Amino acid sequence: METPVISTKQLCKDYGDIHAVCKLDLEIRKGEIFGLLGPNGAGKSTTILMILGLTEPSSGEVSVCGYHPTTNPIEVKKRVGYLPDSVGFYDNMSGLENLCHIARLNRIKENVEDTALHYLQKVGLDSAAHRKTGTYSRGMKQRLGLADVLIRKPEVIILDEPTLGIDPTGVRDFLQLIRELSREQGLTVLLSSHHLHQVQQVCDRVGIFVGGSLIALGDIPSLSKTLHQGQAFTVEAEISGDINFNKHPVKKELLAMKEVIEVKENNGRVQLYCSSDITPLIARTLINSGLNVSYLCKKEYGLDDIYQRYFEGNYETNHNMA
Amino acid sequence: MKLTTIWHNRIFEALKDNTQTSATSPSPFVVMVQKEISDHIKSWRFIVLLLMILLTCFGSLYISIANLPQALANTNDPNRDFVFLKLLTASDGTLPPFHILLGFLGPLLGIGMGFDAINSEQNNGTLIRIMAQPVPRDYLINAKFTGAIAVVTLMFTILNLLLVGLGMIITGLSPTFEEALRIAGFVFVCIVYVAFWLNLSILFSIKFRRASTSALTAMAVWLFFTVFYQIIIGISSRAFAALTVPKGSYIFQKFLISLIDIAPSKLFTDATSTLLIPSIRSLGPLSMRQMQGAIPSSLSFTDSLMIIWPQLTGLIAASILCFAISYYLFMRKEIRS
Repeated sequence: METPVISTKQLCKDYGDIHAVCKLDLEIRKGEIFGLLGPNGAGKSTTILMILGLTEPSSGEVSVCGYHPTTNPIEVKKRVGYLPDSVGFYDNMSGLENLCHIARLNRIKENVEDTALHYLQKVGLDSAAHRKTGTYSRGMKQRLGLADVLIRKPEVIILDEPTLGIDPTGVRDFLQLIRELSREQGLTVLLSSHHLHQVQQVCDRVGIFVGGSLIALGDIPSLSKTLHQGQAFTVEAEISGDINFNKHPVKKELLAMKEVIEVKENNGRVQLYCSSDITPLIARTLINSGLNVSYLCKKEYGLDDIYQRYFEGNYETNHNMA
Repeated sequence: MKLTTIWHNRIFEALKDNTQTSATSPSPFVVMVQKEISDHIKSWRFIVLLLMILLTCFGSLYISIANLPQALANTNDPNRDFVFLKLLTASDGTLPPFHILLGFLGPLLGIGMGFDAINSEQNNGTLIRIMAQPVPRDYLINAKFTGAIAVVTLMFTILNLLLVGLGMIITGLSPTFEEALRIAGFVFVCIVYVAFWLNLSILFSIKFRRASTSALTAMAVWLFFTVFYQIIIGISSRAFAALTVPKGSYIFQKFLISLIDIAPSKLFTDATSTLLIPSIRSLGPLSMRQMQGAIPSSLSFTDSLMIIWPQLTGLIAASILCFAISYYLFMRKEIRS
């Protein structure tokens, strides 16, 4: 197996008595998009800062592209582009000037202004290149931040809450852009977020981070599999027509099946909790009993459900389960 | 044959490469200093401060020119040969001379240029972005200092050259070598003095999150040293004089005077006065025996320099101390906004 681009071993960071990050073991492979998922204050940003060498770990080890961020931060920063969660620019300078400044700090070989314009075009800001960044909207700043990261031609991009405060279409475009760039140039991307849908859209793998420790790791299908092992499958059906389902004989028939645990009606939709996947059987039963089934769906567990389980349910019990 | 190939393939290419990179991409530190300088020059704050200093400069020049014939005609004055120094120091009392005014405005300039050096970057979220670039962390604080000091140096040098030039036009004389040396020394002391306040305000800008807090704290320190410090020492000297025996009182008074002497503003006025008024021979009290037989004449530049050596080293030391503390704090600072 090839060596991971980013790896942490037993990484800890304490602020006084508070353990911001606790014994974190993480490996991110080359070319993948990794999502660090967790509620506010889970230690995502702290982890990122430690990876960049901007904060010193209390104990444990980090390695980025084979370099140690604490002892060799310059080499790490040469390879890693970082977009902070509240990215700021020099307000009295235009977007182009801001970008040129960063390009010069990185001593890029090409013509600075042309390169900066090229990247501005790439993120769709070429029309606002000469406007002062003080007038930029949040989404524009975020895109300028991405240009700022890309102009350095990094091997790894770390994005801290990249979608915060951008409108839904903006988010979609932004994530699309990240995905394209990652696929095009083989970039490794680490992004942190507490927006699950967005992470679900782009990430190859996700790590769920709560209270400073990683409690689940993997791609989304395998995550949902581990989380819902032995749990009920849910099949949802909608029946058109004015039928009182609770009094319909089919309910009894369904309940008689040994796999069906519970049947519920909710807002005109019937939910069946089963111990195994019997969707075809349910469909047949419903149709055979003469009901007009207009919708039938086996519920896939998305990150949302995972999220619910971890963050809104009892964390301790979930922790034991995981 | 072989040598020429090596020359062409390796050395020539290397040289070409070297000149290319050095021509197109200056070191990140230079880039940061350039940015600081352009920020200062473009900022309204600096323009206002510059206008204030220009006003006082030409105001005091106007008054000193009006008083110049009178001052030069005074045969009892051992300084009457130094026309250009007189330009900077002569006054009829309506406006303090230039070097005293700079003692007030210098701190304001230093504080104005440094009070939001680090905290504004942190609050705008630019600090963390710059820190994520492949540059050593201390480049930023070094660039902040270097940029501001470069602007101040340029400003004072130009201002004094302008003054001397105007003096040449008005009087028709040219400055002697010693006068030029003394004025250069004066410029240097001014820069060091502003550097002290600049470093102090950079220190506060690292310590305090809010720019207004750091500005107010720096101003408070400045006010304390210009107004309250002397008052407090005056009061305590009177209070203790009544309590102690005459001998102890003498030692105590001496101690209090040396306390007054180490205030930054006092160090500056002492140093500049001695440089610009060549007849000053001592900054402390002189006994009658020391004064006996002394001819009222001017000192040479090196002698004046000897007198202000403690003031000069004191100012430089205070300035370096402030920078060292800022540097230490900045390197250890949590940079998250």
